[in-house]
Amino acid sequence: MARIAFDRLAHAYPGGAGHALKPMDMVWEDAGAYALLGPSGCGKTTLLNIVSGLIRPSAGRVLFNGADVTALPTERRNVAQVFQFPVVYDTMTVRENLAFPLRNRGMPAAPARARVEHVAGLLGLARDLDRRARNLGADEKQKISLGRGLVRDDVAAILFDEPLTVIDPHLKWELRSRLKELHRQVPVTMIYVTHDQTEALTFADRVVVMSEGEVVQVGTPEALFDRPAHRFVGHFIGSPGMNFLSCALLGAEAILPGGARIALPRAYPALGGRLELGIRPEFASLGAEGLPVAVQRIEDLGRRRIARLDLAGQPFAASLPEGMPVPAEPRLRLDPARLHVYADGRLVEGEG
Amino acid sequence: MAKPRDDRAWGLVLPVLLLVAFSALIPMMTVVNYSVQDSFGNNQFFWNGTGWFRELLDPSTDLGGRFFDALWRTLLFSGLCLLIEIPLGIAVSLTLPRRGWGVAASLVLLALPLLIPWNVVGTIWQVFARRDIGLLGAAVNGLGIEYNYAQDPLAAWITVVAMDVWHWTSLVVLLCYAGLRAIPDAYYQAAKVDGAGAWAVFRAIQLPKLQRVLTIAVLLRFMDSFMIYTEPFVVTGGGPGNATTFLSIDLVKLALGQFDLGKAAAMSIVYNLIILTVCWVFFATTTRGQSEAVQGAGQEAGR
Amino acid sequence: MSILLDGLGLSAGGRPVLHPVSLELPAGTPNVLLGPTGAGKTTLLRLLAGLDRPSEGRLLEAGREVTGLPPRRRSVAMVYQQFINYPSFTVFENIAAPLRVARLPKPEIEARVQEAARLLRLAPYLARRPLELSGGQQQRTAIARALVRRAALVLMDEPLANLDYKLREELREELPKLFAESGSVFVYATTEPAEALLLGGRVATLSEGRVTQCGPAGEVFRRPADLATARVFSDPPLNEAPARLAGGQLRFGAGAAIPAPEAGLAEGACTIGIRAHQLSLDPLPGAVALPATVRVAEVTGSESYVHLDVGDLAWVVLAPGIRRPEPGAAATIWLDPRRCLVFGGDGRLAAVAPLAEAA
Repeated sequence: MARIAFDRLAHAYPGGAGHALKPMDMVWEDAGAYALLGPSGCGKTTLLNIVSGLIRPSAGRVLFNGADVTALPTERRNVAQVFQFPVVYDTMTVRENLAFPLRNRGMPAAPARARVEHVAGLLGLARDLDRRARNLGADEKQKISLGRGLVRDDVAAILFDEPLTVIDPHLKWELRSRLKELHRQVPVTMIYVTHDQTEALTFADRVVVMSEGEVVQVGTPEALFDRPAHRFVGHFIGSPGMNFLSCALLGAEAILPGGARIALPRAYPALGGRLELGIRPEFASLGAEGLPVAVQRIEDLGRRRIARLDLAGQPFAASLPEGMPVPAEPRLRLDPARLHVYADGRLVEGEG
Repeated sequence: MAKPRDDRAWGLVLPVLLLVAFSALIPMMTVVNYSVQDSFGNNQFFWNGTGWFRELLDPSTDLGGRFFDALWRTLLFSGLCLLIEIPLGIAVSLTLPRRGWGVAASLVLLALPLLIPWNVVGTIWQVFARRDIGLLGAAVNGLGIEYNYAQDPLAAWITVVAMDVWHWTSLVVLLCYAGLRAIPDAYYQAAKVDGAGAWAVFRAIQLPKLQRVLTIAVLLRFMDSFMIYTEPFVVTGGGPGNATTFLSIDLVKLALGQFDLGKAAAMSIVYNLIILTVCWVFFATTTRGQSEAVQGAGQEAGR
Repeated sequence: MSILLDGLGLSAGGRPVLHPVSLELPAGTPNVLLGPTGAGKTTLLRLLAGLDRPSEGRLLEAGREVTGLPPRRRSVAMVYQQFINYPSFTVFENIAAPLRVARLPKPEIEARVQEAARLLRLAPYLARRPLELSGGQQQRTAIARALVRRAALVLMDEPLANLDYKLREELREELPKLFAESGSVFVYATTEPAEALLLGGRVATLSEGRVTQCGPAGEVFRRPADLATARVFSDPPLNEAPARLAGGQLRFGAGAAIPAPEAGLAEGACTIGIRAHQLSLDPLPGAVALPATVRVAEVTGSESYVHLDVGDLAWVVLAPGIRRPEPGAAATIWLDPRRCLVFGGDGRLAAVAPLAEAA
């Protein structure tokens, strides 16, 4: 169990140009479920490897429960890690795999056996205990990797590095919800690295969105969805991402290039820079009144459809519920409460 | 109607088939022919059936006794070579650097003995181990240890085995090194996280992942050492006495020294069958249950 | 231009690896093979490419029989899950490689490569080497190389699986346009139902070595021919309940019942299937209430996947808004019979629910 803190942490790879990880301060509470979300090369894996001790940061400190562990090697940090590709010890049975970390730490056989059986029960591996690990499917191998972390009762944090990459969609659901349930039963800090927003949002209590070595926003899934602090977050989270419309502002009104005026829920001060109106496709609908739009194409996603629109020369996506007909001369309605203003890519707080 | 595949491709194989026929099949048939006949000079041959084979496999006869003595010697030699070279090769490969300029340097150094012609290896050791002028032989004798491979059977054995270890351990090292390099980093990281020490890492990850290259290494080293001829022949000539007369040396003595073509042919066929059988049994037992592992590895590599 | 499979099948050691299938794959629209790992997608792709020889059936390319012809003598291009490029070639040389092999005149090569690069937005990177590019650009290079040959058949085996989520989204949007503009037949294998829907076009679902259904994506999604298809084409997994038809009622679980569809179903065992978004945690008019226990809830930001136990069935409900019910808490699932798919004892679809079909 550990509260993990970063104190002016930064990292630059030797010979690399610039920072792989720009200086940051952050605290992850004990027993929290965190996700590090971002595209490849954003620094999320570097940060994970700094937590596990596989990489030593070039600046700053890592604290576990207040104690400086920056210089401690992996094996002395009490962290466990699940990798992208399942790592199992091929020649061992599932039981031996799960017992491996305990045996390495010299735990006597009887209590080790009890721990292994307990954890196998949690993971739904109890019936496979005496099978050879290499004959199992990818999802079960990932459970074993996770189990090797869980068997240690001193484990401070479990780190996941894109653990569902090689798992089929159907099994992903099973594994993901199992992981979430597990986190409730075993209150240990879990850190989950992924580029897949669905995985990040569904798994974590708090999601850390990263881009180009920087933490762009930290928040609950709702917060990231409702109030993206940055254009990047609006785009990266949601499928399709947030719509951004160039606009000018006049008090509590936004004026689109075509001259259309949109009432805003808040008034904004005079702002400099590039101004954009942000709204998610989920909060836009097609109806008989509103802004005139041209429908370019409708994507059928089964349970909903995405209307790709042209709004006075700007592309716009709106989400339509299943079964709702598209009007012949559709007009676009935007939920005013969900409109946000961005100046140079950053969310601007309105007044009142 | 399914159309046939392009069968003209077989034409491309024809030259190889002809070559194999000339280099292997025809000589082999000649040997089989000799093995069932007796000859009295002047190229006069008489049908002898399985006579040579019965004599060869009966240790109470002259031929049989000589054959089994040489066979045990050869087996002992192969066993010693494997016992030393495989663990030594694994150990050395584990200590090699994994990145940086050291990789290229050590690989080149290791490959050197493999590049020397076999008779030269023999000559090098023949001189190197001589008690009067050889660096090794003189040095050992200088320490007060009696060492003379030309007179003492034990010294001859030590010399021959040491020579083979020197010559061929590199091959095992290179194979193991390639195998080790193929293990994904995640395995080492996982082992670190699991608190595994060096020995546990070796047992749980490295040795299992080396299993396939080790199979190949053992096979190659067994075949080569079991058929060894040139190097010991150059160094000891099979002596002192018959102490290092391995099957191959004995075969040449029999065939070219005494010109007993029938006996020699029978011996070479049995010799050949032994090698084939041992290799096949070994390969079949070690690769059983590995097909899945191979598939798994393929998938992993594919991702 | 189209590819015709006429009873094409493969068996190995007396066991069928791919059951015989007859399909027509037209050009201009994506032909998606959808199924989990091991369902036979790659087997079918290999047969289409001519890498393996079918043990039965015929393969026709624009009316010409090509069964058993090796890929070299066919007009086939392939894109793999891994980004396969020549590392020492520039992007230009990579794309040009098949044309150079075919000994096309230089100006023609230049023109075709520029065209492919423009379509795949690679024009600024033509002088770079693949390893200096992002994963998305590397895969685009591989796709460009497949397109530039104007092969009759382009096979793609999970081409986006190794890409970041957002990159995938981008390419998924671009690919259908490419497919429409090109004259080739495209076959695209994926494990993800969402991808099959996004690409639009036609879908063939595979399950355990059998093509279970083939048709326009939306139609197969809403009208799965059988239970296997519905399972393959549901993400989250299909909620299922074994049921019995008796007296015009479908009885399932602990005493729950819904009115049976009017026709097409025999008395006895059958299966009710309903997708997560067709269920509700709020009362619906005409819906049946099912008592359930919450296992865990996953919030996506605007919606919540609530996993529940309904008796001994594990179900998922997709509910709008943020919901975080406590695990172990009692909940009520509202099931509208008009949104259910009902499968007979043989697994065939017996009735399409009117509300599940509307779109």
